[in-house]
Amino acid sequence: MFKILHAEFLAPGIKRFVIEAPRIARKQKPGQFIILRVNEHGERIPLTIEKSDPERGTVNIVVQSIGKTTHLLNSLNTGDSILDLVGPLGKPSEVENFGTVVVMGGGVGTAMAYPTAAALKRAGNKVISIVGARSKDLVIEEDEMREVSDVLMVTTDDGTYADKGFVTDKLRQLIDNGTRIDLVLAVGPIPMMRAVADMTRKENIRTIVSLNPIMIDGTGMCGGCRVLIDGKSQFACVDGPEFDAHHIDFAVLVQRNAMYRDAEKRSMELFMHECEAQKQAELAGQESDLAVTGGKK
Amino acid sequence: MTPPAKVSANPVPIKERMKMPRQHMIEQEPEVRAHNFKEVNLGYSEELARAEAKRCLECAKPTCIDSCPVFVKVPEFVELIVKGEFLAAAAKIREDNVLPAITGRVCPQEDHCEGKCLMAKKVEPLGIGYLGRFVADYEQRMGVRVLPKVAPTGRKVAIVGSGPAGLTAAGDLVQKGHKVRVFEALHELGGVLVYGIPEFRLPKQIIKEQLDYMRDMGVEFETDVVVGKTVTISELMEEEGYDAIFIGTGAGLPQFMGIPGEHFNGVYSANEFLTRINLMHAYDFPKYDQPLVDFRGKNVAVIGGGNTALDAIRSSLRLGAGKAFIIYRRSEVEMPARIEEVKHAKQEGIEFHMLTAPVEFLGDEKGWLTGARCIKMELGEPDSSGRRRPVPMAGSEYEIPLSVAVMAIGTTANPLIQSTTPGLQTNKRNYIVADETTQRTSLKGVFAGGDIVTGGATVILAMGAGRRAAKSINEYLNTGVW
Repeated sequence: MFKILHAEFLAPGIKRFVIEAPRIARKQKPGQFIILRVNEHGERIPLTIEKSDPERGTVNIVVQSIGKTTHLLNSLNTGDSILDLVGPLGKPSEVENFGTVVVMGGGVGTAMAYPTAAALKRAGNKVISIVGARSKDLVIEEDEMREVSDVLMVTTDDGTYADKGFVTDKLRQLIDNGTRIDLVLAVGPIPMMRAVADMTRKENIRTIVSLNPIMIDGTGMCGGCRVLIDGKSQFACVDGPEFDAHHIDFAVLVQRNAMYRDAEKRSMELFMHECEAQKQAELAGQESDLAVTGGKK
Repeated sequence: MTPPAKVSANPVPIKERMKMPRQHMIEQEPEVRAHNFKEVNLGYSEELARAEAKRCLECAKPTCIDSCPVFVKVPEFVELIVKGEFLAAAAKIREDNVLPAITGRVCPQEDHCEGKCLMAKKVEPLGIGYLGRFVADYEQRMGVRVLPKVAPTGRKVAIVGSGPAGLTAAGDLVQKGHKVRVFEALHELGGVLVYGIPEFRLPKQIIKEQLDYMRDMGVEFETDVVVGKTVTISELMEEEGYDAIFIGTGAGLPQFMGIPGEHFNGVYSANEFLTRINLMHAYDFPKYDQPLVDFRGKNVAVIGGGNTALDAIRSSLRLGAGKAFIIYRRSEVEMPARIEEVKHAKQEGIEFHMLTAPVEFLGDEKGWLTGARCIKMELGEPDSSGRRRPVPMAGSEYEIPLSVAVMAIGTTANPLIQSTTPGLQTNKRNYIVADETTQRTSLKGVFAGGDIVTGGATVILAMGAGRRAAKSINEYLNTGVW
């Protein structure tokens, strides 16, 4: 059991957990991930580690509610536990002094990009960060990113905060302004990473993205996370999760991530139904309590 | 003076024994079991076990013992069954084998004890596997556990991997008084016994009880630790104070054929498919959260001819597959699977497409598998494995419609430990190099055995390696000599 020492919402549907996991905290490097299983009937899902504190023996993860498991996770609070947590898995990010690096975080991806941005800054790079979200209330870790960046740009799709547009619009501007860019790191939804890759391919700018395909064991044993790199299968769990974006077959990545869409939907509906039933039961319980005490509680 | 001749407990005259038929295992009916995940073999009754045990010829120079990788004293335990002393028989097996209920179910006895049984030359061999399983199950039912009474040595041994090699080493070492801790990467203990072998062949409850037995013996377990990532070999020795380490991490990465279309949705590695079912209970979705593609009424093919391939195809049938095929590039005699599994699979209605190999997987515009293009093979000259090499026959290509394909064509070494353990010698295929007798690696105090040394093999061979390693670790800890 891995105890949640602290849990807080960073934005609607996006929660940060500080989890007691001393072995993992000691070894974690930026770019690595954990695999967790919430409870006895749970599936195993990979999540990038936001940061860790070896002294306190804690690791942080940031979770966006998307499917059943992430909704279930985000229903947990300080003091609750996660049944299984294993890591740190995957290769750490390549960190050296490249020169000028553009770090791009899309949505919850910002939390995953943050540790590498910080490491790149410490390695002496000029770090230009571009943080994007759909809307104002979904912009996360802006202050953290500002701290480790020489320049920080923020975009929202709907223009409710900072500049209206996509993170790729900002990258376009940088390129068009003649900014020297030695490396781009992009972490976010697949369409965003794919758009970045398409843009930088033409400009011949080396681009690294962090992939999050379906995984089970995370140690190379199952091969479920295989991605096509230059037409050859590689395992994201042991060969990645970061890859050179210009060699990834994004179409296959999208296709494989959609493999269980129907099952995921069904699982989610059942979960929502259970939550609703539980809420009703609690309400009914409160009402009967009120009836017993005659409302003089 | 010559010692008095040993008096046999067996009332049946030797000559009569060859005439007694081999007692058959009670099984679930094929048409029933093909639709459930419950165990196929239901075991011997006491009467059947004693009747079978009486077939033993009590050879003066038994060949069954030496052909066993852990040297179970077969004639002695069989004689105890004849006498009806089932617990004593179980204890006798346990002297050499800490997982008797498991080997009784999954060991390829035809390659070891039963294959070397003298009777096998004329009639069916003694049912040694069935008998071993019977007494192990009897012991479990009675809840009897014999715990080691040894003084602690104060020495600590870390075992990496809780599969058959690691568990065997752990069981042997704890009985020598050493403090033993087993590290497992997954959330369940048992390694391939749990993620690889399906419930219908090896029920999880059996493994759980064997693990509980080991806990009672004093073995400690820690799950969710990927040695090489969560902690390294050198950290275990230098910071956590382990005096010796045994690496038994298993075979690892699944192989694909490298043919077009292997990325289509519906193409699985056997490891992934079996892990989803066995470890993650995907057959019980949505009660369990891990999903699986829908097998009901679909055409499913498994590529390969080993036990893993048969486990995968028989699981597919139980998931509701309409048609289930084994596609194997050699012929049936070359199949490495256990004879009993092949028999069971055929009874259940699995179609065997021998001397056939896929050359391409076909898919639709959304990336879902729709079929395979296959080619027929013929057998040529023997290859390095001694088996005749399959050679493609020109112009023999044909297509079969498929919704799911499972690749069960072997594994390659998992590099996690090798790449984080400087000085640990590996061979050109990246398996760990270990001495065949002592299981010592190139690093002082570090031993290795099982699939991570030999490449994919069997449960009993891994147990043999774990046993040799335990003996050698014990010697090293007692003498300090490397």
